Amino acid sequence: TMFATQVYGDNGKMKEYHYTGPVEHRFSPYSFNGGTVLAVAGEDFAIVASDTRLSEGYSIHSRDSPKCYKLTDTTVIGCSGFHGDCLTLTKIIDARLKMYKHSNNKCMTSGAIAAMLSTILYGRRFFPYYVYNIIGGLDEEGKGAVYSFDPVGSYQRDTYKAGGSASAMLQPLLDNQIGFKNMEGVQHLPLNQEKAVQLVKDVFISAAERDVYTGDALRICIVTKDGIKEETVPLRKD
Amino acid sequence: MALSNVLEIPTSGFNFENVARNVALEGLLEGGQTKTPKPMKTGTTIAGLVCKEGVVLGADTRATSGEVVADKMCAKIHYISPNIYCCGAGTAADTEKTTDLLSSNLTIFSMNSGRNPRVVMAVNILQDMLFRYRGQIGASLILGGVDCNGNHLYTVGPYGSIDNVPYLAMGSGDLAALGILEDRFKPNMEMEEAKELVRDAIHSGIMSDLGSGNNIDICVITKQGVDYIRPYQESEYKDKRQKRYKYGPGTTSILTEKIVPLELEVVQETVQRMDTA
Repeated sequence: TMFATQVYGDNGKMKEYHYTGPVEHRFSPYSFNGGTVLAVAGEDFAIVASDTRLSEGYSIHSRDSPKCYKLTDTTVIGCSGFHGDCLTLTKIIDARLKMYKHSNNKCMTSGAIAAMLSTILYGRRFFPYYVYNIIGGLDEEGKGAVYSFDPVGSYQRDTYKAGGSASAMLQPLLDNQIGFKNMEGVQHLPLNQEKAVQLVKDVFISAAERDVYTGDALRICIVTKDGIKEETVPLRKD
Repeated sequence: MALSNVLEIPTSGFNFENVARNVALEGLLEGGQTKTPKPMKTGTTIAGLVCKEGVVLGADTRATSGEVVADKMCAKIHYISPNIYCCGAGTAADTEKTTDLLSSNLTIFSMNSGRNPRVVMAVNILQDMLFRYRGQIGASLILGGVDCNGNHLYTVGPYGSIDNVPYLAMGSGDLAALGILEDRFKPNMEMEEAKELVRDAIHSGIMSDLGSGNNIDICVITKQGVDYIRPYQESEYKDKRQKRYKYGPGTTSILTEKIVPLELEVVQETVQRMDTA
């Protein structure tokens, strides 16, 4: 039987290998482990949701690897991209949070964490952390806040943001359902917590249908002044 | 009078007529800042096995275009002749067209000779064509059929290699499916047991491989006939969304309106009563 040798392309996907001449093999320090994260800010709550599938190429490493990490009682971060960098980055953020708490005798606020993360990421401008970050939490006034980042530290505050492999599928749907974009004659109702959670679940079910890297389960972290509540919903496993 | 040829005799050497054109097109498109369209791969799990009464073929139904699922219910088991079916993995267009071409040629042969084609004939034609194209046609096929010489299962690779085996899996989920087949395959299995084994092999491919998913199709070929069960098993993950997302009329804004009346003259008028009771 003939087996076609398969070589990993530099974004982790498989390539067919034809012998066309001498091939230079390059070591890539990055690998793409898939996953989608999503954050929504409400009046007095914030939701950070992520799928729990960890993949590489066409294989699955784990079906239970959530991408939301709790930072403080009022802030959750979602990291997707290269899993090695996600783990290291969250360790670094945890350490910096402790340092701040010991020096300043108070917890870091969501805005402060966002600003700090931006400098941490830019510090590696020429060998970036291959991570798409989204921070969700409550600001000093108790209102929901979402901060979205690119791999080198550019960030802004949003009302809602999707990141990771299925972000291009989720973001337009959120623009329509939360931002009421491209719709006429529709009442702009403010988003309440129950509707937001329902929307997040539906949106991830849709993403799992069409994106191969998204699936297995959905972990939702709901941040309110009473603390952080976690919910897990099953998704497609195929 | 010359007998109509079943196949056109291929010109000697390799046919690379389109290579120069493709290179030129690439240059043109790059200048115009557009990308050449990526061919849709099936990213598949397909499997087949020979049992006592015939051949059982199985396939998943997901077609991927990169990391996006392009088709959730695509048919990967293709008809070749009344007694031969073929599962295809690799580039979707290539498997589709290659099997269509093979099927047409074998139909002409059947009409000429008055016989059902033999599986080895199908395999030889495929091998000739794929080897001629030096792997440029990305089709990995599993051919299964029943003819006067018995039950056959063959695999044809994209470079034109063939293998005659009692059980087989191809596609990106092949290793997962092969694990199940290696564990439970026995020669001369009963039909029901064989169907369950193929189903389990495809299911393993669906769960372990990101390029395979959704439903499972099974095709059972015996001397008596063909049972093409599509889908043999539906995916248990039907989308269960909580809210219905419907848009009422008037949601899309109207920017401009232009009404062009059509000039019609009545030529014939018939009235048909609808039963609206």
